[in-house]
Amino acid sequence: MLRRQSVLPGFSLSLGVTSAFIGLLVLLPLAALAAKAASLRPAAFWATVSDPRALAAYRLSFGASLAAAALNGVFGLLVAWVLVRQPFPGKRLVDALVDLPFALPTAVAGITLTTLYGPNGWIGRHLEPLGLRVAFTELGITVALTFIGLPFVVRTLQPVIEEMGTDAEEAAASLGAGRAQTLWRVVLPTLLPAWLTGVTLALSRALGEYGSVVFIAGNMPMKTEIAPLLIMTKLEQYDYAGATAIALVMLFASLLLLLAIGTLQAWSVRRSLGEAAS
Amino acid sequence: MSAIVAARRAQPLTPPAPSASEDSRPVRLALTGAALVFLGLFLFVPLLAVFAEALSKGGEAWVAAVSEPEARAALWLTLKVAALSVPLVTVFGVAAAWLIARFDFRGRRLLLALIDLPFAVSPVIAGLVFVLLFGRQGLFGPALAEHGVKVIFAVPGIVLATLFVTLPFVARELIPLLESEGRDEEEAARTLGASGLQMFWRVTLPNIRFGLLYGVILANARAMGEFGAVSVVSGHIRGLTNTLPLHVEILYNEYRFQAAFAVASLLAFLAIGTLVAKALLERRIGGSR
Repeated sequence: MLRRQSVLPGFSLSLGVTSAFIGLLVLLPLAALAAKAASLRPAAFWATVSDPRALAAYRLSFGASLAAAALNGVFGLLVAWVLVRQPFPGKRLVDALVDLPFALPTAVAGITLTTLYGPNGWIGRHLEPLGLRVAFTELGITVALTFIGLPFVVRTLQPVIEEMGTDAEEAAASLGAGRAQTLWRVVLPTLLPAWLTGVTLALSRALGEYGSVVFIAGNMPMKTEIAPLLIMTKLEQYDYAGATAIALVMLFASLLLLLAIGTLQAWSVRRSLGEAAS
Repeated sequence: MSAIVAARRAQPLTPPAPSASEDSRPVRLALTGAALVFLGLFLFVPLLAVFAEALSKGGEAWVAAVSEPEARAALWLTLKVAALSVPLVTVFGVAAAWLIARFDFRGRRLLLALIDLPFAVSPVIAGLVFVLLFGRQGLFGPALAEHGVKVIFAVPGIVLATLFVTLPFVARELIPLLESEGRDEEEAARTLGASGLQMFWRVTLPNIRFGLLYGVILANARAMGEFGAVSVVSGHIRGLTNTLPLHVEILYNEYRFQAAFAVASLLAFLAIGTLVAKALLERRIGGSR
């Protein structure tokens, strides 16, 4: 390893501690997953990951996660915009509340949402007469995933809206742009990289989410069984090979999203640097 | 036409006309209202519902549910797991942040990606990998069984899974903080003859203390609240390997809803405490920059 000469101490010590943790807690477990995957016969692996029940689980997991990420894209933008631009009483309290899905254990979120949206719940009771069943349906899964993903979009957008200020909007206005034109041509393009980053982060979290979803999902194979639950079910049946196969598919999707997030963040940084330079 | 020009000039005195740089008042009110209604329904009502359900049979039933032997054992285990894993994650976080923010070396970007990886992995997969390592059919399973060591379906497995999911929290908080502080003060301390330890205690730590505390609080909240990863490795043995979130699940699945929410309310208190600490610390961190 090469490093720049520095008077600061602790390179070997911090490298040692960091490598030990990463090695034992991240690399070794992932190596175990890779070893297990390598021991699977390709035909058996393919049969597991392309089983109709597995396909239904991916479809549900991706569909509900995408729907939740889209909802968060809309409501997260709205919340972030209002929190930065609009003064209102109790704003600091509301701002702190946005992090609730990060802080509240997922099992608590799960049982609470299930109770609220159940047929007798505070919210479900009013939706039932409208023919909207939420608990134990795909809709319920989407609600739980939206809950869990909201802070990602809001917290990614907030600093960018703050930094943007109102100068560009005022300039656009003074040059004769209408409000809609200003929003479409000036505000949205500025927010786009951060907005996409937040939505992708929410999507990535939703794909792997377990605790908040299992209670409200109903967990019917082929219908309301998400992919993480299918891994769990296989583990409970001591089908480690099957669990590993499904886990690899989901891990692959997560890594692709991670890559997308990295690219989006680089774009975001480049854009703000470019603006600072000009 | 001239009236419009005159009105424009007199703008500071008259209510602002609809402009392109600002939304009109009705639009602003509508946006604020919509955001508040959404947050109220989506975040505030669930938080309220936890306590309403927990107290639905009165205070005595709440006390009874949280002081049951199994609830007490779960609380004790949750505290124990957090007490074991949070200090380790803190040591890792400080070391990793120092390494990433202060040195340039080959493999730095890869290391950064590996530090972030646990955030991207599903909690269920986080549990699965440790079962594959230490479970009965796992890589080290037979060797461990020979020596009578139990990792999976026992406390060590719970601590390992918790360490995995909380690993990035402290490092993620400290890396940007150290980077924005720069290395001038530390280099000055070294040039003036401070030892490495003196520099760390007198210069580095005071500069990052609020960010460090913030990361520790977030890691603690996740450690105490983790469900998916712990669920895989715990085996749900009552009184032995049940943490608070797992105890909530068991009570709920037994249709003991009020008791489940009473135990859940303990975790909700933890969440509220975390949010308050976060709001307070964020101002301190913002102020020190």
